[in-house]
Amino acid sequence: MLKIGSREFSSRLLLGTGKYPDFDIQRQSVEVSGAEILTFAVRRMNIFEASQPNFLEKLDLKKYTLLPNTAGAKTAKEAVRIAHLAKASGLCDMIKVEVIGCQKTLLPDPIETLKAAEELVKLGFIVLPYTSDDVLLAKRLEEVGCHAIMPGASPIGSGQGILNPLNLRFIIEQAQVPVIVDAGIGTPSDAAIAMELGADGVLLNTAVSGAKDPIKMAKAMKLAIESGRLGYEAGRIEKNEYAIASSPVEGMSIG
Amino acid sequence: MELVINGEKIQVSAAESTVTGLLRHFDLHHKVVIVELNDEIVAKESQSDTRLSNGDKVEIVHFVGGG
Repeated sequence: MLKIGSREFSSRLLLGTGKYPDFDIQRQSVEVSGAEILTFAVRRMNIFEASQPNFLEKLDLKKYTLLPNTAGAKTAKEAVRIAHLAKASGLCDMIKVEVIGCQKTLLPDPIETLKAAEELVKLGFIVLPYTSDDVLLAKRLEEVGCHAIMPGASPIGSGQGILNPLNLRFIIEQAQVPVIVDAGIGTPSDAAIAMELGADGVLLNTAVSGAKDPIKMAKAMKLAIESGRLGYEAGRIEKNEYAIASSPVEGMSIG
Repeated sequence: MELVINGEKIQVSAAESTVTGLLRHFDLHHKVVIVELNDEIVAKESQSDTRLSNGDKVEIVHFVGGG
C-alpha cells in the first residue's frame, strides 16, 4: 500500500490528466491504469463557454483522489494562492507544489518550492512537492513536513527517463516519507526502473497521453510499476563480474 | 455594472448582484468553479450572500487537465 498522510492507496501509479486526444480515450486510459490519484491544474474558466465539457465532470469522484498542482506559479506566494483556490473547491486537500523556475527546462525553483511547501504544511495541506533530484533539498522538504517527495527523473514531458538513478536511490534511502518519481518517464521500463530503485510510486502524464495508443500505454505502465515494485520487494541478485553456472557442476556424465 | 472578470471588463446587469447570481447568469452554478472576489476566495456557502459592486475584480477558476 502507498500511504500518503493518513490515506492509503493500492495503486502506485499517479496519473496526470493533460493533453489526451479526447475525453473518451482519457477515461479509458485512467480506468485501465488503475490509478487512484489524478493530477489537475487550476486555470481561469472561459465563462462564455459554460457548456464546454470538463474531464472532472466525467469522473466518479468517489473513486479518485484529486491532486491539483500549482503549475503556472513562479513564486511561493503564487503557489500558495493556487493551493487555496484548489482547496476551496471542497474536493481535495492534497496539493502538488510545482514552482517552475525556468520556462525552457521547466525545472523547479528549489528555494520557492521549499518556501511554498513549508507554508502549505503549516496551513494543513497534504503537501507533495515536485522537486529536482537534489538529495539535500529532498531532505529539507521532508524536514519541513512534506507528506511525500516527488523528484523528477528528467525534465517534464521530455520522456528521457531516469538520468540520475544514483541520486534517486540516495533520496529514496534517506526518506521516511513516500518518494514518488515525477516527470520525465517515457517508457514502461523507465517506470519499472524507478520502482526497482525503491520508489514508492510514479507520477506520469505525457508518457501515456502522448503515446500512439494511450489506453494500451496506460496498461503497460500499470504492469511495469507493479512489476518493478515486486522486483524491489523480492530483492535482486548481486551483480558479478563473471558467469556463475545455474546448473550443478558435479555429476556431469561427460569427461 | 462593470466587473473585471478573469482580467476582462464585462458589463453585467445590476440584477446579478451576488456571486451566485453572477454564476447563474453565465450558467456556471452547477459547475465545479472557485470564485475569488478582489483577491479573496468566496467560500461556497457564502456565495449567495456575497454582494458585487461596480469595479469589482472577479476570478472564476476551475480544474483542467494537467500533470
